[in-house]
Amino acid sequence: MSHTDAHAINEDRGYLTERGFRSWACTLDHKRIGVLYLFTTLFFFLAGGVIALLMRLELLTPGPTLMSDHTYNVLFTLHGAIMIFLFIIPGIPSGMGNFFIPLLIGARDVAFPRLNLLSYWIFIGGIVVILASLVSPMDTGWTFYTPYSARTGAAVATLSLGIFLVGMSSILTGLNFIVTTHRLRAPGLTWHRLPLFIWAMYATSIIQVIATPVVGITFLLLAAERIFGIGFFDPAKGGDPLLFQHFFWFYSHPVVYVMILPAMGVITEIIPVFSRKPIFGYRAIAYSSLAIAFIGFLVWGHHMFVSGMSHVAGVIFSFLTFFVAVPTGVKVFNWIATLYRGSITFESPMLYALTFIFLFVIGGLTGPFLGALATDVHLHDTYFVVAHFHYTMMGGTVMGLFAGLHYWFPKMTGRMLNETVAKLAWAITFVGFNTTFFVMFILGYHGMPRRYAEYLPKYHADNVFATVGSWILAVGVVIMFANFVWGMFWGEKASANPWRGLTLEWQTPSPPPTENFDEIPTVTDWPYGYGKKAV
Amino acid sequence: MGGVTGDSREERAYALETAKLGIWCFLATEVLLFGGLFTAYTVFRLRYPDLFHAEHLKLNRLLGGTNTVILITSSLTMALAVAAARQGRKKRLQIFLLCTILLAASFLGVKYLEWSDDFARHLYPGTNLFFSLYFTMAGLHALHVIAGMGVLTTLLVMARRGKLGRSRHTPVEIGGLYWHFVDLVWIYLFPLLYLVG
Repeated sequence: MSHTDAHAINEDRGYLTERGFRSWACTLDHKRIGVLYLFTTLFFFLAGGVIALLMRLELLTPGPTLMSDHTYNVLFTLHGAIMIFLFIIPGIPSGMGNFFIPLLIGARDVAFPRLNLLSYWIFIGGIVVILASLVSPMDTGWTFYTPYSARTGAAVATLSLGIFLVGMSSILTGLNFIVTTHRLRAPGLTWHRLPLFIWAMYATSIIQVIATPVVGITFLLLAAERIFGIGFFDPAKGGDPLLFQHFFWFYSHPVVYVMILPAMGVITEIIPVFSRKPIFGYRAIAYSSLAIAFIGFLVWGHHMFVSGMSHVAGVIFSFLTFFVAVPTGVKVFNWIATLYRGSITFESPMLYALTFIFLFVIGGLTGPFLGALATDVHLHDTYFVVAHFHYTMMGGTVMGLFAGLHYWFPKMTGRMLNETVAKLAWAITFVGFNTTFFVMFILGYHGMPRRYAEYLPKYHADNVFATVGSWILAVGVVIMFANFVWGMFWGEKASANPWRGLTLEWQTPSPPPTENFDEIPTVTDWPYGYGKKAV
Repeated sequence: MGGVTGDSREERAYALETAKLGIWCFLATEVLLFGGLFTAYTVFRLRYPDLFHAEHLKLNRLLGGTNTVILITSSLTMALAVAAARQGRKKRLQIFLLCTILLAASFLGVKYLEWSDDFARHLYPGTNLFFSLYFTMAGLHALHVIAGMGVLTTLLVMARRGKLGRSRHTPVEIGGLYWHFVDLVWIYLFPLLYLVG
């Protein structure tokens, strides 16, 4: 590494030097585009979170509390659509991926910077169209199942086209990352010296590029159904509603790996740094990312066990679903083996990383309950499903995002967060999350169905518990975001490498200069040689 | 391309290969976009073979065949344009780009005649599953032809302003690959809809 004078770094605002609207709106700098994505997606995370709080408030009492059933239907649709399409899918890949892929591979930018800016603005265009659909908001759930979505009075065609645009942005970003990883690695950075975040992002990009066009055509067909009445999904015209479900889940299952793989990549970077130990099983982790991406394409049918799909197909999908748990397990075991006998320190990024493992294991292990045919019939469409995917998506992906935000905050802003506040926010978030969602496993097991504004009185106590938990969770998240805002403006200046990391982003100042590196580094070793020798 | 820049010959070759990798990835997504429609076609054709047979006889094979010839010819002129760009023959490049654009426009013209005739015979998307598929597949393809004409027009403008040449032919290569893809989709659509339906 080049030993740049620490004082000089502190005076330099790096890529943030230029100010003004145009310098952001027309930027070709991958870091700025990454920051734009992060702000946009985190805004929608908060918006989706407020909607979730309203839903939990409605569920405080068994009967009607503060809204009509239709409003509740609209809210859970919006919560799902916003969180999935506007936050989780673009959040880590487009936000952190944009910022850190070129830095981690020692490149000056992504392969196609103008395409990158275009994809951000397509994303914004998609958001505008999606917001336009609010004139007659959706009430179908985020899955848009036909035939209801073909008949409801809501603005389905508008929303479909909006999501098509968001998907197009996702495709172009994934394409950019694939080409960047292939073509722009620093000299000496062979595939088996790549940081594991890059492997995870590479696998993610492949899924984005392969799966997203299929949901694109699905939404186009849904829009065509609404506008022209083409009847592909309408049994009255000889069409087949199950075809829609197959199309939809052919994308929407692989895309859960678009959500989780980048988070796994972030965790894989953080754990060795705060254990001061080389990552255990480098190749196993790298190839398990590809294996998850590949097998993930073959399991979509497990969303359709009770749809009337053939029994044989159900058995095959069930087997493949169990099979995809194997590479996931490989990752978890390797993280734990990395921790074993490490010199572990508990800074805030590490706390979130460990939380990720803990919560994701709960979320992951409840997956096979739903992947098994017999138990799924009982648990399908209950709160068990809600708990399962919130443990994987929020307990997994969102905790991974929080871990990454705390870990890379000094690099992105050039300033440190307040560590005490960060730990406080973590503790409250952790308690709030588990209070909110763990009880939903029990509710679901006892048969409480999801997506209803009202429920039987016997579920009352548990629902009160979950609603109170949602408030605790909100407090934790608000404190965390307040810390982000505080840190951005008033945090202590960060050195180039506050966590003593070995990956390339730490070998350049915080915040990095526009061209990332004064001189493109030559790589001679893998980035995980912690605790053995100084590099 | 900020990530891959430079003026030396090696760097230009590297930039071309990078751009090609990008366009191939993009074409893969296009294949999957149409893949959904081909899947729907397969499902419904297996389910209603008689309907497909009876309905496909209503299509105008002469116009469909003419369009196939037009598009294949446009692929030829595109390939000649790419060759001209590689050799740095600027006038030739402009002529062949213009030919390709005109052929694309005549494809759309024939399509207009064909669809007017269909509508006159009360054949619409939604009439039955075959015509829904026919209009959706051919319609999505027509949108791609229009997009391709946009790409070709941009190339022509660039060529006229002297921005394309022997040392800078990457955009023509990329545009060419996209145009060949658009043709290729039609090569599949024509037999599926007009001949074996």
